[in-house]
Amino acid sequence: MNIIVCLKQVPATTQVRIDPQTNNLIREGIESIINPYDTYALEEGVRLRERFGGKVTAVSMGPPQAESALREAISLGADEAVLLCDRAFAGSDTLATAYTLARAMNKLGDYDLIICGRQTLDGDTGQVGPELSQMLDVPCVAYVSQIEDVADGALRARRMVEDGYEVIESPLPAVITVVKEISTPRLPSLRGIARSKSAAIPVWGAGDLALEPEKTGLAGSPTRVINVYSPQRTCQGEILEGDPAEQVECLIGRLKDAGLI
Amino acid sequence: MRQDDFKGIWVFAEQRNGRVKDVACELLARGRELADALGTDLSAVCFGHRVAGADRLIAHGADRVYMVDSQELADNREDLYAGQLAELIRQHRPEIVLAGATPFGRAFIPRVAAALGTGLTADCTALDIDAEKRLLVQTKPGYGGNVMAVIVCPEARPQMATVRPRVFRKSVPEAARKGEVIGVDFDRRRITSRTKLLTFVEEIAETVRIEEADIIVAGGRGLVKEESFQMVKDLASALGAAVGATRAAVDEGWAPYSCQIGQTGKTVCPKLYIAIGVSGAVQHLVGMQTSDVIVAINDDPHAPIFEVADYGIVGDLFKVVPLLTEKLKK
Repeated sequence: MNIIVCLKQVPATTQVRIDPQTNNLIREGIESIINPYDTYALEEGVRLRERFGGKVTAVSMGPPQAESALREAISLGADEAVLLCDRAFAGSDTLATAYTLARAMNKLGDYDLIICGRQTLDGDTGQVGPELSQMLDVPCVAYVSQIEDVADGALRARRMVEDGYEVIESPLPAVITVVKEISTPRLPSLRGIARSKSAAIPVWGAGDLALEPEKTGLAGSPTRVINVYSPQRTCQGEILEGDPAEQVECLIGRLKDAGLI
Repeated sequence: MRQDDFKGIWVFAEQRNGRVKDVACELLARGRELADALGTDLSAVCFGHRVAGADRLIAHGADRVYMVDSQELADNREDLYAGQLAELIRQHRPEIVLAGATPFGRAFIPRVAAALGTGLTADCTALDIDAEKRLLVQTKPGYGGNVMAVIVCPEARPQMATVRPRVFRKSVPEAARKGEVIGVDFDRRRITSRTKLLTFVEEIAETVRIEEADIIVAGGRGLVKEESFQMVKDLASALGAAVGATRAAVDEGWAPYSCQIGQTGKTVCPKLYIAIGVSGAVQHLVGMQTSDVIVAINDDPHAPIFEVADYGIVGDLFKVVPLLTEKLKK
């Protein structure tokens, strides 16, 4: 079973601020990690390989330093990794990212399953997985919480919905996006760490992917971010003073006055 | 597809078990205002089998309802829905398409955007019109809500956005509103599915559905242990309220995922939200901060939950909450 896991390097925290002068993200002193949802995707990929054989290839699109995320993926069990890195990819929105990833999947070829995290910590869109499936013309099962079985060229998976879960059967190849309930990521093994240090990680640019230049990067992105800001919250509520009995009395009074209880 | 002759706003009206979801009515309320600002009309698009509710969509603001009725569309199937919606958009060319950011909407709407090669903004918290440029101005949270981004789609059409349930308010339905219902045949020869829905397993622990509750009592990490989550349930039961939980409480196993409120759970907007032992991480706040009245009970006066609370009690929740429950029972 040949599995491709898509992963993105993101800031290690969501506690980021915007520089009000430049409108840029203040990134100083913030370390980078593999997007947490992608670590569940990677773990599930490695487990499927352990059950069914084959290999796991980690793919990331990003700046040169995203290579460290791919080395980490190898330490966590990926067999191979490819970095998609080119100035031409810069400024890609989800559509251009999905297009560029799809070209890379076609170049890798011969995949059975592509696994993505449900969304990233930074963009929070959750769109790239389903968009990628559309571009590859393969089925997509989103929000997968468990893969029940893989047999006869099809997978059976649980996917979360608002009030429970559905069991979906899909032929392979397919794209799935996974939620954190699917797995608990392992720690890197010593052997994995050793491999991650020596592994060759090819870097593919626009020229390697036979892509149409107007479909990637800023040129291939239909959306534009015209402003970013940090939301301001100011405390305007009333703090109810007194001992617990007084506080409770006061609260009940306020809620009754408002017709809420 | 380019701007030229794209006209009108569409709302995709998701249904489940033959009933249109409330989020469709919420989107129609905002969609109506946007359509009026653009001087254009508003249509709802509904797929399913024997779905009741075209009248309801009109009463909530739609000028027109495209209804695609077919046995194959009874269940929510990404590839069928994506194929059919993309096809209708190609034929009718709306300038804006809105859909609920439900798990299903978030799974299939990106496929429509990719099929059409257009832009899509997920989980918008505000939608406005730039009248001069005729653009949909979309505001969405990033970094779990720590950053807000304002996004437009200047050239490609349609401009597409998803919005989480309970972000917009339904308008009061006008039963007398007139609209047109247009039946569309499902193109079953061209649009096919490769996936199969085998079963659905319901996992609802509560008796009061959290999305529909007027009052929600939610518990967080400040409750310290599973047994004390019972205090949340007791207060909820005294108020006839639904039980909610933060991600931390769900991760601890104190409450099921169906109770989770916040970025990776549900967005709620009850009349009264009582947060107990909830610190107020921004990922939780984005799921509940539009509630009408918020009460916070927490021992840490610096907890961010107090920044959104209308009434705050700084104190020992293990004393305050049982006392509150007892008084309310009387």
